[in-house]
Amino acid sequence: MAISLEVNGERVDAQVLPRLNLADFLREQLQLTGTHVGCEHGVCGACTVRVNGEIVRSCLMLAVQTHGASVQTIEGLSDSGEVADLQAAFRDRNALQCGFCTPGMLMAAQDLLKQQAEPDREQIREHLSGNYCRCTGYQAIIDAVETTARARGRGTA
Amino acid sequence: MKAAAFAYARATSVGNALELLKAYGDRAKVLSGGQSLMPAMNLRLISPELIVDIGELAELRGIAVTGSVVRIGALTRHVDLLTSPEIAAHAPLLTEAISHVAHPAIRNRGTLGGSLAHADPASELPACMVALNATIIVRGQDGERRVAAGEFFKGIYETDLSARELLISVELPVAGKHSVHFFHEFARRHGDYAIAGLAAQAMVERDIFTDLRLVFFAVGDRPVLARAATKLVNITITPAVLAAACTALGEELDPQDDQQASAAMRRHLAKVLLARAASALLDRPDLNAGGRA
Repeated sequence: MAISLEVNGERVDAQVLPRLNLADFLREQLQLTGTHVGCEHGVCGACTVRVNGEIVRSCLMLAVQTHGASVQTIEGLSDSGEVADLQAAFRDRNALQCGFCTPGMLMAAQDLLKQQAEPDREQIREHLSGNYCRCTGYQAIIDAVETTARARGRGTA
Repeated sequence: MKAAAFAYARATSVGNALELLKAYGDRAKVLSGGQSLMPAMNLRLISPELIVDIGELAELRGIAVTGSVVRIGALTRHVDLLTSPEIAAHAPLLTEAISHVAHPAIRNRGTLGGSLAHADPASELPACMVALNATIIVRGQDGERRVAAGEFFKGIYETDLSARELLISVELPVAGKHSVHFFHEFARRHGDYAIAGLAAQAMVERDIFTDLRLVFFAVGDRPVLARAATKLVNITITPAVLAAACTALGEELDPQDDQQASAAMRRHLAKVLLARAASALLDRPDLNAGGRA
């Protein structure tokens, strides 16, 4: 099927099979491999991307469903500098070990920070509850998100 | 795992969707938000021949309050329910329950109709529909049917909906003046499927339940409207009355054993939920003195 959408601000026209999910479309047809494929049934959060401004699981959405939509991946957020401070905080706090979950974590964390200026640790935990880190570095991840939220609140971000 | 190959049709109207369902019957599956269907397809639990995507049918979306009825379109997403001031005002049980439904990225896609049609016995919204005495509206080639939520859920992933019908909307009575609600579930991780949960809607006048609908989920093959609740209606609740209701609940439930919990653990948790609900709904901390019991 023919689809036409916007990915990280660029128009994309493609031919896809109905069974192709958005995660595989991004990774294999567009070579945007920052979106990771973990569990493929919506549990791990590694494939989190933005569709029309809202975070979704790209393994639970068909590429054909994104016809006419605007998709943003971690590459888009990273290149635009939108999450530069969050990335720096992750690095400073060693909030990534193997790095597999990191793109999804950054997506979910940025989604929270856009909605809520200064979330507390419990709210951060709840918002990231759908993202698994198999290295179990959760405390450092929450620290990094909290630090970023505070810095942005002070206007130093 | 990846979904097996299927044909895909983007429905242009409810009529168009119904024609496709009529032609394909149970070889077709309706795609709404996809947050239960896609995992099932990726895990190859199901391999439909045709996917009928109803995602573009704007007429199935939205929340409207008319008189004493709240009408919610089947395509209304969890996030829309969570942030809706109408739902918070007229069906606050739902607002509270939705925060336990999966995670933000899933709530941004998952829909009310999808959750009800999927009918996972551990999911929150079917139980809420029974607790709220909702009416579920389905449409087929021959027109619409109205089904009481209590009659809609038939078993694990089984409902009254035929393969040729579409869930259109639900109608809820607006919460009344003396109406109070309680929602709680036990889960391994916030947002995971419950090990045991309770959605409760009650009427309380002068510290007495005049009506009490306790609907337990994840403790049976469908939402369970507890008959034990009748033991708490129109009576002054003492610890002895509550204990008798808990015992009756334990006898009435027939929970399953699985890798998450044993039947005995589920039965125990259901009793804990009953005591907490009674205590919270009546604002009587003394009734939950055991707290953790």
